Amino acid sequence: MPHRLLGARPIEILLVEDNVEEAEMTQEALREGRVRNRVHWVEDGEDALAFLRRQGAHAAAPRPDLILLDLRLPRISGQEVLVQIKEHPAWRRIPVVIMTSSDDEKDILAAYDKHANCFITKPVDLDKFMAAIRSVEEFWLTVVRLPAA
Amino acid sequence: MPRTTPDRAVEILLVEDSSDDAALMVAALEEGSLRLHVAVVEDGEEAMHYLRRQAPHADAPRPDLILLDLRLPRMSGQEVLAEIKQDAELRRIPVVIMTSSDNDRALDGAYDLHANCCVCKPANQEEFHEVVRRIERFWLTFAQRPGNP
Repeated sequence: MPHRLLGARPIEILLVEDNVEEAEMTQEALREGRVRNRVHWVEDGEDALAFLRRQGAHAAAPRPDLILLDLRLPRISGQEVLVQIKEHPAWRRIPVVIMTSSDDEKDILAAYDKHANCFITKPVDLDKFMAAIRSVEEFWLTVVRLPAA
Repeated sequence: MPRTTPDRAVEILLVEDSSDDAALMVAALEEGSLRLHVAVVEDGEEAMHYLRRQAPHADAPRPDLILLDLRLPRMSGQEVLAEIKQDAELRRIPVVIMTSSDNDRALDGAYDLHANCCVCKPANQEEFHEVVRRIERFWLTFAQRPGNP
């Protein structure tokens, strides 16, 4: 069912996550997925925007096909990064999946109002955490048709 | 993972002019263990009447999830999507675009209009059924939606 044939270019995923442990677990779960992907990990909101703008250390950064965005980030918050992506004419079509420990209704509403494509609460339990990441991988990389460009 | 077990049925609005596709999708959605109610409308204008609770849909519930075909009579899926995503009240409802077209421009355009995700309907019936099951599993069991369930 994957709409991308094997051998096609890998799906480029931008992971914006300040928690090292969670970033490593997320990358591990994505590596185990069936669809070839490459994860680019940045630790704060400012670096996420630099990656999208291909600034500094990110001069050779690819355009991400999918962005996994934590909400609580140092320097520039996830909400602010979300707003900047969704107001940018060239970036707004990139799907942004909010991945946060929050399950606060206010955060959920605010994210969808700012055009987050999806909101996932990261479970605290390790097995459930991995299952949640795998569900994101399975749905967004094999069921969804991501934007072409 | 969504916080609580829903104490009411999950409301799904399916906007689909093909009665064959609609029947297949309703059957796939109702196969799951979740209590849900699927309302089917056949064109874009009726979808907006349903969402705005205009006759004959004065008592329509607010959908928790919208599955929207792009090619619709009277008012296109793109127009419906644009109206939903520009409406301060409706925009937070996740909209899954379902299309048989593999047209990159149409899909990218839907993402630009803030579709939450786009899915191509497989021509094969079994695969189509499986895709709908996966949409349900992801959006109703992993993703947080505004106004749980």
